[in-house]
Amino acid sequence: MNARVSGTFAGQGELFGFVKGDTRPHDPRYSGDGVRAGQGRDATSTPERLPGGLIDRSRSLEFAFDGRSYRGHPGDTLASALLANGVRLMGRSFKYHRPRGVLTAGSEEPNALVELRSGARQEPNSRATVVELFHGLEACSQNRWPSLAFDVMGINDLLSPFLTAGFYYKTFMWPAAFWETLYEPVIRRAAGLGSLSRAEDPDCYDKGFLHADLLVIGSGPAGLMAARTAGRAGARVILMDEDFVLGGRLNAETLSVGGQMGSAWAQSVVAELSALPNVRLMTRTTVFGVFDHGIYGAVERVADHLPAPEAGKPRQILWRVYARQAILAAGAVERPIAFRNNDRPGIMLAGAVRTYANRWGVAAGRRVALFVNNDDGLRTARDLDAAGVDVAAVIDARAEGDRLPGIRHIKGAVVTDAAGRLGLRGVTFRDGRGREDRIACDCLAVSSGWNPAVALTSHQSARPVWDESIAAFVPSPNGPKGLKVAGAAAGVMSTHGALATGAARANDVLEELGLPTQKPELPEAEDAPVRLSPLWHVSGAGRAWVDLQNDVTVKDVRLAHQENFRSVEHLKRYTTLGMATDQGKTSNMLGLAVMAELTGKSIPETGTTMFRPPYTPVAMGALAGRSRGEDFKPRRLTPSHRWAAEQGAIFVEAGLWMRAQWFPRPGETTWRQSVDREVLGTRKGVGICDVTTLGKIDIQGTDAGVFLDRVYANTFSTLPVGKVRYGIMLREDGIVIDDGTTARLGEHEYIMTTTTANAVPVFRHLEFCRQCLWPDLDIQLISTTEAWAQFSVAGPNARRLLQRIVDQDISDAAFPYMACANVTVCGGLRGRLFRISFSGELAYEVAVPARYGDALVREMMAQGQDLGVMPYGTEALGVLRVEKGHIAGNELNGQTTALNLGLGKMVSKKKDAIGMVLSQREELARADGLRLVGIRPVDPKAVLEAGSHLIAAGRDPVAANDDGWLTSVVHSPHLGHQIALAYLRNGASRLGERLRAVNLLAKTEVEVEIVSPHFVDPEGERLRV
Amino acid sequence: MCEHRLRARPALGIDQPDVVAVGPVRIAESMGTALGSLASRRGRDDEVRRIAADAGIPLPAPGQMVRQGDWAGFWLAPSQWMIEGPQDTYEDIAAVLKTIFGESASVTEQTDAWVRLEVTGPLRPMFERLCNLDLVRFVPGSATRTIIEHLGCYVLRQADDRITLLGPRSSAASLHHALISAARSAF
Amino acid sequence: MLIPHPILGLRDAQEFTYLGDAALIDRPDGLANPEAFHDYLYLRDNPAGIHRELWFHEQGDRSWIVVTRNTVTHEILGAVLAQDVARARGRSR
Repeated sequence: MNARVSGTFAGQGELFGFVKGDTRPHDPRYSGDGVRAGQGRDATSTPERLPGGLIDRSRSLEFAFDGRSYRGHPGDTLASALLANGVRLMGRSFKYHRPRGVLTAGSEEPNALVELRSGARQEPNSRATVVELFHGLEACSQNRWPSLAFDVMGINDLLSPFLTAGFYYKTFMWPAAFWETLYEPVIRRAAGLGSLSRAEDPDCYDKGFLHADLLVIGSGPAGLMAARTAGRAGARVILMDEDFVLGGRLNAETLSVGGQMGSAWAQSVVAELSALPNVRLMTRTTVFGVFDHGIYGAVERVADHLPAPEAGKPRQILWRVYARQAILAAGAVERPIAFRNNDRPGIMLAGAVRTYANRWGVAAGRRVALFVNNDDGLRTARDLDAAGVDVAAVIDARAEGDRLPGIRHIKGAVVTDAAGRLGLRGVTFRDGRGREDRIACDCLAVSSGWNPAVALTSHQSARPVWDESIAAFVPSPNGPKGLKVAGAAAGVMSTHGALATGAARANDVLEELGLPTQKPELPEAEDAPVRLSPLWHVSGAGRAWVDLQNDVTVKDVRLAHQENFRSVEHLKRYTTLGMATDQGKTSNMLGLAVMAELTGKSIPETGTTMFRPPYTPVAMGALAGRSRGEDFKPRRLTPSHRWAAEQGAIFVEAGLWMRAQWFPRPGETTWRQSVDREVLGTRKGVGICDVTTLGKIDIQGTDAGVFLDRVYANTFSTLPVGKVRYGIMLREDGIVIDDGTTARLGEHEYIMTTTTANAVPVFRHLEFCRQCLWPDLDIQLISTTEAWAQFSVAGPNARRLLQRIVDQDISDAAFPYMACANVTVCGGLRGRLFRISFSGELAYEVAVPARYGDALVREMMAQGQDLGVMPYGTEALGVLRVEKGHIAGNELNGQTTALNLGLGKMVSKKKDAIGMVLSQREELARADGLRLVGIRPVDPKAVLEAGSHLIAAGRDPVAANDDGWLTSVVHSPHLGHQIALAYLRNGASRLGERLRAVNLLAKTEVEVEIVSPHFVDPEGERLRV
Repeated sequence: MCEHRLRARPALGIDQPDVVAVGPVRIAESMGTALGSLASRRGRDDEVRRIAADAGIPLPAPGQMVRQGDWAGFWLAPSQWMIEGPQDTYEDIAAVLKTIFGESASVTEQTDAWVRLEVTGPLRPMFERLCNLDLVRFVPGSATRTIIEHLGCYVLRQADDRITLLGPRSSAASLHHALISAARSAF
Repeated sequence: MLIPHPILGLRDAQEFTYLGDAALIDRPDGLANPEAFHDYLYLRDNPAGIHRELWFHEQGDRSWIVVTRNTVTHEILGAVLAQDVARARGRSR
């Protein structure tokens, strides 16, 4: 493979003849595959380890990368462990498939994206820089085929002149139809990130809520100082950090704080904070968003650092944090400099190079060169030198200033090119006099200064402001209310400054909370000024990378400028700058600076893009929490659920309710057989259906009747006690919201029944009317939907059955049609009885306290054996009501007036009721408007489709000829053919007419006859027996 | 007590054990409490309070619950309370309350509308995974309604280590499952 | 968002249902003409800035509340019971 690689891509090396003068490239380990030592050698050796660091060398962890086994230590990240093993080629770029190594040591990483784990736990696009190493970790590079070192799609890199910014927009615009079918799939395959397992995630996720007086975001010197100051004062503090070790940059530097190593000082503060009961420390927790009124979103990675979560434990928790105050101490993100081939594996940010050395004891290279424009970058040279790493040279863009002692410090020079396709071999630089020279190195540490991590401060649309003194954007003073900023995130770049501002912001918070402020005890720490001379990119031939993850080059920015996409928002969308999973943390500033240069404007004049949540990617699983699969929503079970399940009922979801749809019996092979039997059985004998799901609202008060008159279109104040009436409820615009029966149980006591679907909206509406419209009416409302188990008992034998259940006389004389009463059942249990019918049969609804519902249905089934009792489900319920011409949700579709339903006369014009006035508008009151009709196929064997449109014979089935549509279609076992309800223009006067029911989707057309919607017992005789 | 022949079934059904223990937390359905809502009629708040005081029925301030002898009460809404009594004494609690309050208030039977779950143990780690209540401020004697598992539930802080949860009865199983999941996640 | 409930203090907006302009309280009386109802129902301001709006504490105490909110910044300037607003605007029975 290696031979083929050098064969295919020969030339890169030759271009840079200088490598011959250096001993290192002749080292046999320089095989050209970007992997120096380790691979192919003893897998237990970690050749690039330095002494020191915050890793536990007493223990060793085995892990695999691209199928090869390596070892690291507890405390390592995947990136540090790979570098320790000499692996620095970690990925391929998004578009050109360029070989890439790790750039950073933190969550801002654009390059080192890997797939973690395998099988259903496979997780793409994980940043190796923040993946905590554990024993048995499996990781794979992504976006390459067949291997990382040889990637066929590397051909894209050679095609790069064609793949510039706007390429997709220009090339794939036409024909439009090709986009979905051809272009997009091909592009997605060629350019992309990791892949999904497509298996269900086997782990669970959780959600939770936290409360704090003060939320501290970040645990560097500023965050620790803020937490300590507020914690000592007794405030409830939560400190969150995305890292698994608290201390922030203190763990990455060799700086001293209070006379000890910064990392040791951090650990002492952490120890103190851990002992405070009012302080909660949360590691592995990223605050990803700032929302309104002090609500913060955070993800805690509870088990990402374990091979698998413990049983019952979540992998991650999404926290909603309610914080009265917050301090952002998120530090800063270093930025690169763009120059030709600045994306070579081995070119890293200077701060990251010394983080690997100091925190993880890893040399990112054996011979390291630096390219800096500021003093902070020089720290890397000093730290590496002290650690014994060969510092080849420091190429310093600044001509002035002191030179580092004992190190080759080239002033006034810039790096112009880099060699080593699969791993850096050397760089070319140009000094102040324009002379070019080369330096052999396998790592180049680059620093162009640091950008304060301002993202969270702009989540509520405050734009960061430019600070010339550090050549960076700092938080706007108009950031989110209650969010203060300290340390490097505020543009205060020294350790002393971080400690001081951390304490000061915490005192500001304490003052606002009314707690005693603390005298800051500031430990001694460095207070070096920022010395920086802005340098964004080195001009010259070739491609210089701005956005490594989305493969945006300086040339692309130039093209955007040339084609007049100059505003920051246009630049972003035209080039895709900053739109990758890293959201341009290391690239946005650079792109902006290049655009500023091209337009001749200053950077602040050019603008800055906005930051929006999330700060780093959040897994969909965490956003879903426990609401997955069966637990997606809670279920509502009817009181007879268990009994119905025992009968083998098939259940259907009705909103959150689970309702029995039908009850199959042995020998029935289709649902229609069961439903037909239930319908006929009900019409011949007696059927029982659980109707607990209907909304029940208890309405009491001396004005209850008046209130009902105003919320219903018809009148209820005249309803006698002990009677039920059917009501139509309108919206203010005259459209029907809901229908149902309301019973008057006492002088000032009514029970309103709503449809299952509208129980909640109707209750809300009633409360609106009570509180907002007529606040002085004497009405009291409460929902009792759940309190009563209610069953419909329907059919000619209904009374005979119920007389065995209800203790009182329910003969027609004692308990006529539309009667209601408090009764007792089964020897004294309090219950309610309503003589109402949805099926058109002699029918009752009987209610008992919900806990007795199960017993009642069993008792009724037992008592009704000789009466042919059978349970029926929602399907039979639907058939029964359509046969009778009763409306339901299909008819009440939010466009329906009472007139459409044929119930126009129910709307009383003598009283003020919601919706009355507007229901009389001319268009709504048209005599030839839509009316509810019945539909019968002319051929009894024909199959109707709900939703079919009614078209007159000989007319085209187009909208202009549309006369109405079928709302509900059922098979009527009673009639032996299909029937339907429909809305038909001028329907009331078209009985007997023949039309076509046309369904252009199902491609069906059936000749139908318009009939009365009352297919069964149109005179209503059965109801009243 | 009436002598009818129907047997009551707990909201969780008989499939669930009486008590589920997860780590240090115990979750149990409680069946012994009758509930009735009490809402004073317009302009009769003072009269209702007087009658309640005479009858020894507590009508707590917003956000609170009070236990007083046999009776307990918690605040539901302006001029509306939930009154609790032992079920063996007040099987028909609405009838009892109607007799006490007469026309001064509207009374509605609520016992069967709710599943009543008693949770005992260290509550914070579990409840911070369930609802937005701040248990540090939600001290014993507090009562409020909030969302748990998408459901509007009443949360009554009985003691430092005991919460009574009233959730919609039809969703008892879902709520119970959520409590167990949260406890497993926390402990 | 947090809604400052006039009785219960700060409550998460998740517990509420939003309706819209508080002008919905000003329903025309009795059997008013269709024009008055038309204006009431369909004509509303949509300000970028201070807005008085109706929220319902559906998962809480079922109070309707009038919240004064800046629609640009989401800053909440106050909240009162809708019932009190209705009475102050002359509504009664």
